[in-house]
Amino acid sequence: MDYVGSRRSTHLLRVSAAVALISGTALVMASIFATAAPPAPTVDIAKFAYTPKEITVAPGTKVVWANHDEAPHTVASRDKSFASKGLDTDDKFEHVFANEGDFTYYCTVHPFMTGVVHVRKQ
Amino acid sequence: MSTHDPADRAHNPARRRALSCLTAWSGAAVVWTVVGGVPRALGATGAGTPAAAAKDALTFVQISDTHIGFRKDANPDVVGSLRRAIADIHALPRAPAFVVHTGDVSHLSKPEEFAQARDLLQEIHVDRVHTVPGEHDTIDDGVTGYLKYFDHDGNGKAWYSFDQGGVHFVGLNNVLNFKAGTLASLGEEQLAWLKSDLKNVSRSTPIVVLGHIPLWTVWEPWGWGTADSAQAMAMLRPFGSVTVLNGHIHQVLQKVEGNISLHTAMSLAYPLPTPGQAGIGEPGPVKVPAGELGKLLGTRQLSIVRGRQELALIDTPLER
Repeated sequence: MDYVGSRRSTHLLRVSAAVALISGTALVMASIFATAAPPAPTVDIAKFAYTPKEITVAPGTKVVWANHDEAPHTVASRDKSFASKGLDTDDKFEHVFANEGDFTYYCTVHPFMTGVVHVRKQ
Repeated sequence: MSTHDPADRAHNPARRRALSCLTAWSGAAVVWTVVGGVPRALGATGAGTPAAAAKDALTFVQISDTHIGFRKDANPDVVGSLRRAIADIHALPRAPAFVVHTGDVSHLSKPEEFAQARDLLQEIHVDRVHTVPGEHDTIDDGVTGYLKYFDHDGNGKAWYSFDQGGVHFVGLNNVLNFKAGTLASLGEEQLAWLKSDLKNVSRSTPIVVLGHIPLWTVWEPWGWGTADSAQAMAMLRPFGSVTVLNGHIHQVLQKVEGNISLHTAMSLAYPLPTPGQAGIGEPGPVKVPAGELGKLLGTRQLSIVRGRQELALIDTPLER
């Protein structure tokens, strides 16, 4: 009967609309949570200096250094826990800081260049 | 093909003034002698014939900071610059006995850079090129890579000494002990070696010391000095004639302390700024207008006359 059929199809329409709305919302929420993770903190090496000179990160964070100078530089920790190879212009170095602590580092080619990474649980 | 875009750094008038100051530091060819510790110019080339060194003078040439492997705007052809210097050396009226290279032979310590540098230095018509490492030669694994190509005497150290023409030559490695935030240093082991090496040298023997980084503090904020150089200077002070030849700063500066005279050299790659210049906060390669680069790179000829305290130095740019 037309009346029953149209009610069922309306019902179906409402159900599928609700499903679409819920899954659409879920998709949007999923993408919000996906972009909520921050990009790896980057230290720029430029004009013979590390910028920012001091950063604080949580354990497990990867830090990236990028050399923008024409001169080569390195990143070497004072406690010898990490050391990059020579970085030419546009070369990058990355290190994951597993443990808490304060990690002073410097450039082995120009040791007046220094920086520090503070690792703290957050 | 010139541009007059005011935004072009090369045509910035303020930069031109800064660069003419740079030229004044390093461009002239000057003959110096050192008598009783006081430098005395024998006469600049161009203004008259410089006094000739005596026939039995030992003559050698210093080059520095070739940075083989560097390929950027400040000098896209460092190999060409080195070859022009080699041509200048071959054109000298008196052939040098040997050549010394005061470091930064390579730019990035890469094996292919060391290999190319060694091949280029072998083009010079001398028996020997004596080198000391610069900090660009010790990136990644200290002197290990450098020594594969430039071990002076097979001892596995980058310091050494040799005697020639009645002169005692000492090569030092002051790019060995880099620590955070401090100047480079010679270190205890090398200082102990230097002390024992000088023990057998008579006080009247002229001494020439080679080291990459200046052995006096030229400008500490840029690392232009050696932390424990005072100990080395104390060991050298008793000698009648000591000449220290350094590189690293890519410009000619001189200092006299009693019987010790210290001279830094021009680079054969690119100029560096003079410290304290307004608007320049770091020792990066200086780009100069086309045609000006050759005036800021150059070689140095040294003559030692046996029995005389003074040395004659002639600094000659690649282009006058």
